[in-house]
Amino acid sequence: MATLTYREALNQALREELQRDPDVFLMGEEVAEYDGAYKVSRGLHKEFGSRRIIDTPIAELGFAGVGVGAAMVGLRPVIEFMTWNFALLAIDQIVNSAAKLRYMSGGQIGCPIVFRGPGGSALQLGAQHSQSFESYYAHVPGLKVLAPGTPADAKGLLKAAIRDDNPVVFIEGEMLYNTKGEVPDGEYLTPIGQAEIKRSGTDVTLVCYSKTVMTALKAADTLAEEGISAEVVDLRTIRPLDSATILESVARTNRCVVLEEGWSFAGVGAQVVDVIQRDAFDLLDAPVLRVTGADVPMPYNKHLEKAAKVDPAKAVAAVKRVLYLE
Amino acid sequence: MTTNTRNQSRQAARTAEAEQRGEHLRQMLLIRLFEERAGEMYSLGKIGGFCHLYIGQEAVAVGSIAPLNAGDYVISAYREHGQALARGMTAREVMAELFGKATGCSKGKGGSMHLFNLERGFLGGHGIVGGQIALAAGVAFACKYRENRQVVACYFGEAAVNIGTFHEALNMASLWKLPAIFICENNGYGMGTALARASAKLDLAHRAYSYEMDCGIVDGQDVLAVRAAMEEAVTRAREESKPTLLEVRTYRYVGHSMSDAAHGTYRTKEEVEEYRQRDPIALLKALMIKEGQLDEDGYTALEATLRAEVDDAVAFAEESPDPDPAELWTDVDTGEG
Repeated sequence: MATLTYREALNQALREELQRDPDVFLMGEEVAEYDGAYKVSRGLHKEFGSRRIIDTPIAELGFAGVGVGAAMVGLRPVIEFMTWNFALLAIDQIVNSAAKLRYMSGGQIGCPIVFRGPGGSALQLGAQHSQSFESYYAHVPGLKVLAPGTPADAKGLLKAAIRDDNPVVFIEGEMLYNTKGEVPDGEYLTPIGQAEIKRSGTDVTLVCYSKTVMTALKAADTLAEEGISAEVVDLRTIRPLDSATILESVARTNRCVVLEEGWSFAGVGAQVVDVIQRDAFDLLDAPVLRVTGADVPMPYNKHLEKAAKVDPAKAVAAVKRVLYLE
Repeated sequence: MTTNTRNQSRQAARTAEAEQRGEHLRQMLLIRLFEERAGEMYSLGKIGGFCHLYIGQEAVAVGSIAPLNAGDYVISAYREHGQALARGMTAREVMAELFGKATGCSKGKGGSMHLFNLERGFLGGHGIVGGQIALAAGVAFACKYRENRQVVACYFGEAAVNIGTFHEALNMASLWKLPAIFICENNGYGMGTALARASAKLDLAHRAYSYEMDCGIVDGQDVLAVRAAMEEAVTRAREESKPTLLEVRTYRYVGHSMSDAAHGTYRTKEEVEEYRQRDPIALLKALMIKEGQLDEDGYTALEATLRAEVDDAVAFAEESPDPDPAELWTDVDTGEG
């Protein structure tokens, strides 16, 4: 077990999978000679060469389609988007090709591909570079959507994603790249479709994923000082959603707050709330609340940006409302 | 080589060419008769959704698929019945798919626009204009990655050359020297928009110049010309791992899809009639008769055999079961995880 950054954990997962399976290759803008725009692919071009670590032109739709085509005949591409903001240009190939090939070919054509890159906001990048896309992709049958919040899950989920026979949308937290954590050495896989309780508690369930895992854990610390015991459920996988772990936690706490960085309308949290109201209605002692990004394009000004973002204080306030303390 | 053996080998080559032409004629006529019946079946409500017929364009698919090997790949857009049949998929599996039946090539879950047969290297059937061009580059990338000397034939209409994915894919195919043949079936109209109203440049093959890619303009009503151009392109792909853009000029006699009129607001009846004078099947038939490779009786017999094949396909599709209701939920993903 080593202490690694989230970035190093992703790099380790890529290196191990490239070593393990000759059909795996990495393709994207600046992934090879430049060592990655965010350095996730650092050293890989040197180690694996230009056949398997491939720089592309700035042509997201084109190289996403190249990846899907290669996957149709059995290669296992990892397609890096410099950020998920740019992947809107490629969403046709992700949704209309990757997600549907197996179904519309009557099961003949698989698409074992991983689309990955950073998502969410960073600091003052403005409206076009500060977006969360989990709910866009989670809407689509045929796709799996992963959003790890810790270095260990980043490694374990990326390895699992590369080995999965289905198209996987893998959204990394841009602000998580430098965060550190313990990461198991070597063969370590995080099962897709399994949430994890990152902190046990009895009074309220905080459902979160990606960057909001940290938000939830900080909120839980603050709440603990006030004698409130919060349980933190990290979804890790958005689709397929681990409803069982959510429901088991809510059965213990009877209260729930869902955190997500993205906009509220038709967001991931809306789906979580749907699961809870359908299957745990009688167990609830309060309505489920959501803490989301403000329903506006992200402003540039740092004070406005801060106001638009989810933070521990907003999570704490929501918890107090479901406990009827405020 | 003695005069005698030279004569023998010339004779053998002539026989092989006659056989190949016979096969082209058989395939083109099969596609024509199949599509005419598909149109009828659509009008009877047996086929639903969108249905884009290939009538008039038969020489393109037949001439360009002939030079491919069994291990090569074919990928197309939504006007792909012709390529599927030319690739050796059976009339039964294609007609059953149009009927949405469980015995169809995509188990009734794809339909007219999504024909697949992995064993034949037939990778669809894609419904978003231009999408399959990037997929083809990816399949060719895989062929090169594996160094297996396989090539990819990719079909699209002329309207697809104005969409971004065409440019992105052709640039990468040339940059990375991918073994793909991009076949632009220029039938003159993107739905109801004439080429001259959609493209600033009318010689579409020349778009390849922007990508330092080899290209050619081919008479799409002459199956032998299509075959010859494709043979060259396939050799370039297989031996040099280099892509080619072929602009094959053809014409569809029918509307864009079964819901559209053959002529009216965007083209005249006279224009359609004029193009029918250079019918690809009639041209090959006349050539073969002239060169003593076919006679009228032979043609009549061939047509009767193919009609029976299409009748059989329709009967098969009619009698086949719908997919089991449980099929709604299968093939979404592999289920694990």
